[in-house]
Formats: sequence, C-alpha cells, structure tokens
Amino acid sequence: MGDTSAHKFELLVVGGGPAGMAAAASAAERGLRVGIVDDNEKVGGQIWRQGLASSPEPEASDWSKRVMSAGVIFIRGRVFHQAAPDVLLAEDGDSAFKLEYDKLIVATGARERFLPFRGWTIPNVMGAGGLQAMVKSGLPIEGKRVAVAGTGPLLLAVAAYLHKHGAKIPIVCEQASWKHLLQFGIGLMNQPGKIKQALQLKGELAGVPFSPNSWPIAATGTTALESVTISRGGRTETIACDYLACGFHLVPNIELPLLLGCRIHGGYVCVDNLQRTTINNVFCAGEPTGIGGVELALVEGQIAGLGASGRNFEAQKLFRQRESLRRFASRLNRAFSLRPELRNLASPDTIVCRCEDVRYSRLKRYASWRSAKLETRCGMGACQGRICGPATQFLLKWEPESVRPPIFPARVESLTCARTAAAAK
Amino acid sequence: MPEKVTLTVNGATVTVAAGTSVAAAIVLSGQSCRTSVSGAPRGPLCGMGICFECRASINGRPHCRSCQILCSQDMEVRTDG
Repeated sequence: MGDTSAHKFELLVVGGGPAGMAAAASAAERGLRVGIVDDNEKVGGQIWRQGLASSPEPEASDWSKRVMSAGVIFIRGRVFHQAAPDVLLAEDGDSAFKLEYDKLIVATGARERFLPFRGWTIPNVMGAGGLQAMVKSGLPIEGKRVAVAGTGPLLLAVAAYLHKHGAKIPIVCEQASWKHLLQFGIGLMNQPGKIKQALQLKGELAGVPFSPNSWPIAATGTTALESVTISRGGRTETIACDYLACGFHLVPNIELPLLLGCRIHGGYVCVDNLQRTTINNVFCAGEPTGIGGVELALVEGQIAGLGASGRNFEAQKLFRQRESLRRFASRLNRAFSLRPELRNLASPDTIVCRCEDVRYSRLKRYASWRSAKLETRCGMGACQGRICGPATQFLLKWEPESVRPPIFPARVESLTCARTAAAAK
Repeated sequence: MPEKVTLTVNGATVTVAAGTSVAAAIVLSGQSCRTSVSGAPRGPLCGMGICFECRASINGRPHCRSCQILCSQDMEVRTDG
C-alpha cells in the first residue's frame, strides 16, 4: 500500500465544472497533455450535474464533447495534499495516487453558504443546490412539498427545477429586498441574454409564490422536517413542508489554493489578466476568483487554458467579455448581499458547527476562529469548517486562516503514501 | 424502463433505479444518515461531498460520503454505527 501510482500531465486541472472543462479543452485542443481530477463520477461540476432521467443542457454537452475529443484524461479523485511543489496527492475509494504537473489550473468551484437557524440540523433541511443534487441523483420529489429559502439566483433555478419535476413549492423566500432586486433587474437591461434567462425562469415558475424580504427563522420536526416558520415582510408564518431547500448564495472553495500558498484577498484567489495566481505555474479560474456564475467561469477557464498553453494573444481576445461578466457578477453579489438581521437567526442553543454539535452560546465567548477551534472543536470535524466557517464569518466576523493538510479527511494509508511521495521527490 | 438495483440500508431492503446515489437511497428508505455527537439524527445537507453529514458505512468501509457514491446490487449500507 505504501507505493503510490503517478499520473503526469503538462497541465493538471483540479475540478471538472464549467471553468475546469473550458480550461482543459482549450489547452488540450492546443496540444497539451491535460488531465482533470474531480470528486464526481463525470465532468460537469455541480451546476451541470447530470440527472438520472434528464438529458444534459446543450452547453454542458458541447463542452463535455470538446473535453473528450481533445483527449483530456478524466481522473476521479479528491485532492487532499501537496507532496512537493509540482505534485498533488489524491485518493479515490481504496487508492491514493500522485498527480504531477508542469502547470496547474485550480477550478474548485463554490459551495453553498449555510446560516444556522433553529432546527436547521433536522433531516430534510438541505441546501437548495443540495436538494437539487439529491433529486438529480435519484431522490423522488414528485408530490413533495418543498419550501425554498435563502438568497441568490440559485433559489429560483432550484425552485423551477423542482417544480418541473412535480414538487409543490409553497413559497420561495428571498432575503433580499424588492429594492435591491429591482436595482439589479434594471442593471439587467444591459444584458439581453440575462433578461431572456430571467423571463424563461419566470415562465417555469408560474404559480410559485416568490417573496422577497423573507427568510426562514425555524424548522420543526422530530425525526424529519414537518414545517418551517418564516419571517415574511415583518410577520411570521408557518408552512407545512416535506423539505426545506435553503442556501444563502455561494462561497468559494479556496482550500487548495490556500494550501499551495496562493495569495488570497477578501476571501478570493488573486489572479492577473491571464488568471495566474501568485504561485508560479498555478492558475485559477471560476468561482474561487469571485462568485460569478457559469458564463464567467467558462470565459475564465478558457483564458486560463490558453494562458497555460502560452497562447496569450488568443486569451486577450476574451478579456472584454470577462470584464463585462465580472461587472454583472458584482452587481449580482451586491443585490444578494446578506441583511444584518440574519445574524439574529441563531439563538444561543442553535448548533453552529454540525460536525461537533457546538452551539452558538459557546462560540460567542471567543474572539477568533482559532481560539474557538482550540477550545470548542468548532470547525475541527469531518467537514473541516467548510460549513461552519462561512457561517461564523458572517455571524461573528471571524476571519478564516490558513489550512492544514490533509485538506480533506484522508485514509491513514493515503497519508503514509503522502510521506513516501514527499521523501522520494 | 431504467434498470433497478437492490441494496440494504441497516438491514432493510431498498430497490432504486440504477444511477441513484446511496444518500438518496438512505432518504428513500425513510432512515436518517449519521447520528450527531449529541445523539440527533442527521440527513444530507450539501449533496456534493462537502458537509459529510451523509456519511455512512458502505460494504464495511466506514465514513463514506453516501451522496458521492452510486448504489450497486447487494450493497450493504449502515448508518447505525
């Protein structure tokens, strides 16, 4: 078991979502030997996760074809450590392996932000994207009552998806105010494509009540969710439901770039015009550089892939498009920024760290993430703070710090391999 | 008709469409995933392999993220320790 097999690539892409696919295809089409490593069965990432019954979106299938016909090698695995400057370690099931590269593109995407409120740990309270992913992977939703809540464009997309698959959606609660949403809507005037998307969603959501200025305050149920209480325009209301799909926009997955030593600013990976990070030969594209959605991820991915292939002139042709998408993204992120009232959702006995069952009252005694971790084990469980970290950042304004390997829980055998690999280098 | 797969969750038999994740099969079986350190039942949260709430023992291997693993014939899933 101590021997670690190795894959060698001129370009390794970590993450097979839109940014990673665009990066890998762009570079492989220009002759580089490219590998994608991803934790999922197939490329597509979370946004293009393929359902059991439904066929993939045309854009997803186009990119997937490009990735395959360009000869990109797909490796299923989860990167957990760096063995040497140009070597990552990953594991899948029973095996650990080395991934060696000349150039690296980090395209690790984003996850949902979760905010603790009373009852949020009850089974069948899930992320909005989380429930959608579960339905895509076989959870029957027809006839189920699903309340959708939180913030961000994902809520409407998820509500439309669930509605289409036969769920009853009693309400979509959006914490942002009408004012913010309207300002954002007016901003859409410059982006005809976005208006089309919005109108299409509106059509798919016919009959589903959408309520801005609203958020969940409590979920109730004994062994599984039975109802959710919401604050809606200053009043509270209790709604019976089978599922609550609840997410508060997105936070980037920056654990790997942190481990590699890339400069981070304001929670995002710093990149130059060609998507290069501050670490030599390491590029970053998509959500880790700023939450911006599929289209921006695709453009950044292409730029990174071209940059990694030395095709700087070709990459430059995409700069204007990236600029316009970034402006759109920053308006979107402003429109869906979290209102301060949400800090009061957690009561003293609300669990904040789900892995270690650490309650809010215990956390409030500490001044920093580090001291809370040491004293309460908050953020020290299996998810390594991926869920409670962004929550405490919002609730208590704690800043996340450096990461320590392994950046995902790994088997002891894999860690032994890590040591052997480092020694061999 | 899609192909079916039969597995057990804590001994109870569940039949699902091929391609269904183990996490979906656990929820379908009407059971919860892990039990929290203070004894409360938990179910899947993120659906994408990040939160570890859906972890279960699959064919004897502990701590598998059940949302990232597809069901296979005669699989044995345990969420009760």
